[in-house]
Amino acid sequence: MGEGQEVEGLSQGQIVWSRFIRHRGAIGGLITIGLVTLSSILMMGIGPLDGLWRDQQIRSGEVLNGGRPTLTLPGVHGSEFAIGMHPFGQDSLGRDYFAQVMLGVQTSLFVALVLGVVALTIGVTVGALAGYYRGKVDMALMRVTDLVITLPVIVMGAVLGSLVAKLPLRLNAGPEVSAWIRENMPLLLAVALGCILWTGLARLVRSEFLTLREREFVDSARVAGASDFRIIVKHMLPNSVGVIVVNTTLLMSAAVTLEAALSFVGFGIQPPSISLGRLIQENQGAFSTRPWLFWWPGLFIMLIALSINFIGDGLRDAFDPRTKKIPSARAMAKAERQLLERAQTENKEVSS
Amino acid sequence: MSTDRTAGKHASRERARSAFTDAIKLSRDTGGPVAKGDVILTVKDLTVRFWVGDEWFTAVDEMSYQLRAGEVLAIVGESGSGKTQSSMSLLGLLPATGRATGSANLKGTELVGMSIQELREIRGNEISVIFQEPMTALNPVYTVGFQIVETLRTHYLMNPRAAKDRAIELMTLVEIPDPADSFHKFPHQLSGGQRQRIMIAQALACEPKLLVADEPTTALDVTVQAEILKLMRELRERVSAGIILITHDMGVVADMADRIIVMKDGVVVEHGTAEEVFHHPQHPYTQQLLASVPHLAESVGDEAAQGAPRTLIEVDGRPVPLTEPASGEPPALLMEDVAIVYPKQGRRAEFRAAEHVNLRIDAGEVIGLVGESGSGKTTIGRAAVALLPVREGRLTVAGHDITHASLKELKPFRKTVGIVFQDPGSSLNPRLPVGESIGEPLLLHEGLRGKQLSNRVEALLDSVHLPRAMRNRYPHELSGGQRQRIGIARALALNPKLLIADEPTSALDVSVQARVLTLFQELQEQYGFACLFISHDLAVVEQVSSRIAVMHHGHLVEVGDTIDIVTRPQHAYTQRLLSAVPVPDPDEQRKRREMRDAIIEREHLVS
Repeated sequence: MGEGQEVEGLSQGQIVWSRFIRHRGAIGGLITIGLVTLSSILMMGIGPLDGLWRDQQIRSGEVLNGGRPTLTLPGVHGSEFAIGMHPFGQDSLGRDYFAQVMLGVQTSLFVALVLGVVALTIGVTVGALAGYYRGKVDMALMRVTDLVITLPVIVMGAVLGSLVAKLPLRLNAGPEVSAWIRENMPLLLAVALGCILWTGLARLVRSEFLTLREREFVDSARVAGASDFRIIVKHMLPNSVGVIVVNTTLLMSAAVTLEAALSFVGFGIQPPSISLGRLIQENQGAFSTRPWLFWWPGLFIMLIALSINFIGDGLRDAFDPRTKKIPSARAMAKAERQLLERAQTENKEVSS
Repeated sequence: MSTDRTAGKHASRERARSAFTDAIKLSRDTGGPVAKGDVILTVKDLTVRFWVGDEWFTAVDEMSYQLRAGEVLAIVGESGSGKTQSSMSLLGLLPATGRATGSANLKGTELVGMSIQELREIRGNEISVIFQEPMTALNPVYTVGFQIVETLRTHYLMNPRAAKDRAIELMTLVEIPDPADSFHKFPHQLSGGQRQRIMIAQALACEPKLLVADEPTTALDVTVQAEILKLMRELRERVSAGIILITHDMGVVADMADRIIVMKDGVVVEHGTAEEVFHHPQHPYTQQLLASVPHLAESVGDEAAQGAPRTLIEVDGRPVPLTEPASGEPPALLMEDVAIVYPKQGRRAEFRAAEHVNLRIDAGEVIGLVGESGSGKTTIGRAAVALLPVREGRLTVAGHDITHASLKELKPFRKTVGIVFQDPGSSLNPRLPVGESIGEPLLLHEGLRGKQLSNRVEALLDSVHLPRAMRNRYPHELSGGQRQRIGIARALALNPKLLIADEPTSALDVSVQARVLTLFQELQEQYGFACLFISHDLAVVEQVSSRIAVMHHGHLVEVGDTIDIVTRPQHAYTQRLLSAVPVPDPDEQRKRREMRDAIIEREHLVS
């Protein structure tokens, strides 16, 4: 294209966004996770604020109708749509399962978010420094990374989990310390996991920086007199934002399942906090008689993990200019027909 | 004994020839044998469209031409003019979003709309392609011999031995040194020129009717380009294929083409014989294209008895000292016996990229630095702005000795130099609006902010003739020429005493290059900076600089006034470099070609 030709201006953000919103999976994921979050917050409130659901406190009560879910859908269980008293049923102590699942969803999302932030911070810092300075700094940081990679996550989680429970007693700390730890278990767990799971991100950012530092705009910033910090933060980080965003989202979806797995083996979230994994673990004895106690948390784990995964996928496709979307044959044929029609009408106009 | 061996050799050669003729052709032979002068390809109303965004973008609009066997048809145009896509559509090599309509008839076979299976019999067999980048077009994990044999055995039923013999025969044809040995080499073991020869051998393997050469010499150095062009011209006599040569270089066109098609924005604007197009261009675009090609001084080769100028760096192995500066002002750049070394990396030994470099640039002077790729010219430019450390010697820029300066000491020095990089796409941060890129040096050195900074940026944009509104654009929204103007504006932001221009125009189209060069000269007069203008293109350097330094294998071989270097080169390498520059005039080019071939011959004799 010649120089004189004006190019329609679009910033990279706009291009990425327009590609992202065309990605059906990503938009589906975004809507799903939005609905899940919204319903959980609306129903159970957030922090000290109460939600709209009638059971704001998890209390045991009378088990009605064997604890079966009262939610009916037309054509599935009954003839019409009904929510009833306990849409997701009750567990063996008669506690409302809907309230528990919604609280579990909040915990899972919270863990994913905090873990994402922690892993992002550590991973990007380590990766950026290693990739930018290379040499000895790179060697040292990457060997530390290698070391962290060798730690088995589940075992580490188990050890940390039991340490957190037992250490205050061993140190003769007061009961308020133990209580505080129990209260903030999701936060502690997320931070601990984040401190283990940043390695993949660090390696990716490093490799991205290794190629970026050879680009001429980095040299040109250096000639302009920019400091190392400015080059890293202002010039190189924005150029690797694609890699960072994509991998952080994928990490977050892994975090949801990981939290569930850890809670299931009993080392994750401790009561009184509720998480989806702990719900499954608590009720595992009752699954043969009350299978819904397994289905509901399982369904939400799947929904959340899948949605975040789809969003991550969509982001990756949107940031990577090489994944060009090829239109369907039908769309192209349609456009071709329109082109022909236009040409014909123009011909007619010319001839008439 | 020796007679036996020669006899054996003869026998094997006999066998090779018969092996190829006896081999059973698996792929279809389209339209039977051709003789020179037969029409082999008839293209009519060929249109190529691409699906961009939500509509069809027309890349090639109703192109029609005929190609005869043994003829070279050059398709010329700027990047994006559709010259490559028009030829790729013949082989069905369009991307998934592309569609070709119209008709392309190869000896009675319709190529447009052919199925993939049928196309596979055509590709490499009847039509073959020489790509631009020989390194990326050859598979690095297979030997070059294997890759030629692969093409042969895809289309012929022949035993591996016969195929190997044929491959070696082909490699001999394209003048690969020691073909039997090179057969087992991997692409990275060969030089760029040799790789391109392999590509040509592969393309010729099945004796195609049509050869598409897509910018075959653009990625090569001038001197290598000259050799490849020589080879292609000789092949043209020997094989009966029709050749489509796609290029943007009018010099290459003048060297090779019988007929020329000029394209602009997908439309054929001119179509005629080489004579017609070069001597009587009709369309204004063709005229503009021809005018924007930099011309090298016409009187090259007149080694008249005006006495040899003192341009050589060494005489009888002894270095010639730098001449004294004319004025008392400190030189903008002074290099004294400078050596620049890339340190040892892992197992790779250290590499001395430049050695014993003595160079002085006076204030306000433009010096051109020419040489092939890998000769160390970019290294010198980078060292001059302290992006690379100097190992030996002394480097002074505008009075600052920066040979061993620390990072802190470098900061004030950075104000006095600017650099324009080769690739304007890579030298601007893609995530920053260009206005911010231009303003960055001002922000860092003069601490300008807000309104003041904004005014200065606008002034700079004015001086490179770009609209002020462009400051909010991102680099990818600008064309190559506009980006390079931004690069220049940024380099000039602090009003430097020394500007390093590292191949600033080699990534640009010819017509854009002409405009950028004019702008550069204008700015040089206005700002009065000294400049080291690095380029591989002698014609460009000649246009802008008052003195020229020639670099070869990390050493300066000749430094002198432009007129002396261009008209009376002393060093053999400079002579070779000069004669290799193609000139956009078929008659002139023929003369130069003969001279050039003589030089190449002579060197071959010497070596």
